[in-house]
Amino acid sequence: MALPNKPKGELKAVRDPEFEEREVDILIVGGGMAACGAAFEVKKWMSDDQSVLLVDKAAMERSGAVAQGLSAINTYIGENTPDDYVRMVRNDLMGIVREDLIFDLGCHVDDSVHLFEEWGLPIWKKSAEGKNLDGKKGLSMGTLKSGAAPVRTGKWQIMINGESYKRIVAEAAKKAIGEDNILERVFIVELLLDKNRDNQIAGAMGFSVRENKVYLIKCKTALIACGGAVNIYQPRSVGEGKGRAWYPVWNSGSTYYLGMRVGAELSMMENRFTPARFKDGYGPVGAWFLLFKAKTLNGLGENYAASDAAKAELEKYAPYGTAAVTPTCLRNHLMLFEMKEGRGPIIMDTVTALAELGKTMDKKELKHLESEAWEDFLDMTCGQANLWCATNTEPEKKNSEVMPTEPYLLGSHSGCCGFWVSGPDFDWVPDSYKIKADNGKVYNRMTTVNGLFTAGDGVGCSGHKFSSGSHSEGRITAKQMVRYAKDHADFKPDVDWNQEKVVDYVYRFVRNYLDHCEYTTADDINPNYLKPNGMMYRLMKATHEYGAGTATFYQTTSKNLEIVMEMLEWMREDCEKLAAGDLHELMRAWEILHRIWTVESHLRHIQFRKETRYPGFYYQADYPGQDDENWFCFVNSKFDPKEQKWDVFKKDYIKIIP
Amino acid sequence: MPSFVIAEKCDGCKGGEKTACMYICPNDLMVLDPNEMKAYNQEPDQCWECFSCVKICPTQAIEVRGYADFVPLGSSVMPMLGTEDVMWTCKFRNGVIKRFKFPIRTTPEGAANAYEDLKGKDLESPLLSTEEADGYEMPKPQELV
Repeated sequence: MALPNKPKGELKAVRDPEFEEREVDILIVGGGMAACGAAFEVKKWMSDDQSVLLVDKAAMERSGAVAQGLSAINTYIGENTPDDYVRMVRNDLMGIVREDLIFDLGCHVDDSVHLFEEWGLPIWKKSAEGKNLDGKKGLSMGTLKSGAAPVRTGKWQIMINGESYKRIVAEAAKKAIGEDNILERVFIVELLLDKNRDNQIAGAMGFSVRENKVYLIKCKTALIACGGAVNIYQPRSVGEGKGRAWYPVWNSGSTYYLGMRVGAELSMMENRFTPARFKDGYGPVGAWFLLFKAKTLNGLGENYAASDAAKAELEKYAPYGTAAVTPTCLRNHLMLFEMKEGRGPIIMDTVTALAELGKTMDKKELKHLESEAWEDFLDMTCGQANLWCATNTEPEKKNSEVMPTEPYLLGSHSGCCGFWVSGPDFDWVPDSYKIKADNGKVYNRMTTVNGLFTAGDGVGCSGHKFSSGSHSEGRITAKQMVRYAKDHADFKPDVDWNQEKVVDYVYRFVRNYLDHCEYTTADDINPNYLKPNGMMYRLMKATHEYGAGTATFYQTTSKNLEIVMEMLEWMREDCEKLAAGDLHELMRAWEILHRIWTVESHLRHIQFRKETRYPGFYYQADYPGQDDENWFCFVNSKFDPKEQKWDVFKKDYIKIIP
Repeated sequence: MPSFVIAEKCDGCKGGEKTACMYICPNDLMVLDPNEMKAYNQEPDQCWECFSCVKICPTQAIEVRGYADFVPLGSSVMPMLGTEDVMWTCKFRNGVIKRFKFPIRTTPEGAANAYEDLKGKDLESPLLSTEEADGYEMPKPQELV
């Protein structure tokens, strides 16, 4: 893992680290968009005697999925209605979503976008003549809040100059919560339940990746917002390029691991996201489809998505397939069909698109158009811009390939796996969507564990939140956590874990290393332990081959799933022999454990749902096609921490919005 | 497309309070070799090429070389991050050079209004603090099934 001829890991791990115990009312785990939303909102509602702490494994200025920047905000309701927003999300996710959560999000998301603009995020505007103005020039048109028109690409997306999006949002979050209430470079690896109250969150444990120090943090209520899961399937690039994941490579499934290990109910973990992106560089395609009106062609140069055969295929998935906007998974499905029939590769026809747009433009406008195309990459996927440079690709002269990537797990983009959480306490929300806490009250976005909340990628059944929606969802949870802490003012969190037990548990991978590293002459290969790097390859190979990875065109079968389940069991057992010689490696050891559990929940759900609900994302070959009669329902699961057993079961879907 | 550190240009941020690249890397890849006082990327195959280290480096010692798996040699993409704009220089393998300038923020750094004095009133309402202050009313579904 380290470079040759360099000392391995500059921050050596020691056998006996320092220990620090803290107690706060409210604990925020994570530092991305959702956690920043919570950090902004929380003190607005806290009383003077309440306390809060935010813990981020990186630096908030550039952590989470927006670290690199973004070229668009994908959810801004504006002139639309939350009702239409629900209908869009429902159609894209093939019918089974939590409409209460989506509607609720649609009511709050614009407030966050208005704050972003006030804080300094440049948002494109339409001029009086209907021309596009960038975020700086657009200032003359006023703010979105004051009624200025954004530059829409699709119905829900607005264009921004988003290189510093995360820095701006983090700045406001850090100021609002206060630097003293933030711990950066501390990785929370396990949550803890209260030892006296049943099913009540009471704390978390973790360690610093900068010094040999272990933390036990007790709390009355906690938010887990640590993003989705990446590098869980073998990526299409397996050398240096394995870091060039579409979603941030540091998202290790920690949100799902932390919650499931204390028994929080998961929902729709079978739903994955397999985005089609520019090949290898994984640059975004949204602006090319929506802003530049480009088409994808098959290897024969045909616009395959408009063919009669494609229309007939989409008919099979009515009403979703026949809607005005084809669901994301079905767009992949059509693409995969072309590739399997020998009509690949798939090409984004940038040349024709830019030529068409250029017909009505003068030279200056044309130059600006070229700049917009490059900014789309440079704001959020710099590496794709470099790939264009390295392959002498000027998009007005040379087309680029598009390809579906390896699978990802997330709940904020065009996917909806995560936790089963309570909806808001409105009379129009069905009772079965409300989770009552121990005091009989309903707390919006609380999981099935009392006092444990989640947001962003953690909330299941409610995709298409993106950056802005994750931020506002974090804000929703912050207010609810303050309320929960106030309603439980007399609750004193207590855990069955003392200093020795916590340190032994968190640092056991370090001890494995120190106990055995002298045995062999090269410390990566040792019969007594396994380095996290090796375990990562084992997980990737297993999912790739058996778990509907790219190796099989995203197809799996019941028998394949049976085999991979046994492999996962061995992986979990072998993880007890992970070894970490330095603090970076200790982080990697815990991350791979988080990934393995996350993948197991994903595959257990796929195993349970005996249909193929999301063709293009994955295929259960024993059960092709959708089976509405038996499977028009949520699939939920729960890992029982006491019994150490999984339970997977159906949950009723209730349609709320016509 | 892993980042790399140019030995001659890196001074380990010895004049600063922290090693900039090590502070910022979201994946904990950049580390300082304290003997050489030079930074390096300790795990290039986990680099997301987010350019955070390139943008923050005070001596412009960090650049990026395309992933060996699929990027032909000879190109480069370099940002210059200012307070209001970012300037990009994109060099093609065939020598073509393109330059772009994009705004990054419309307010001075540090000026984001965190509404530190705003206190919410009704903890039982569904409204967020700024929504409450604006007198926002929660919409209800137009129609129910």
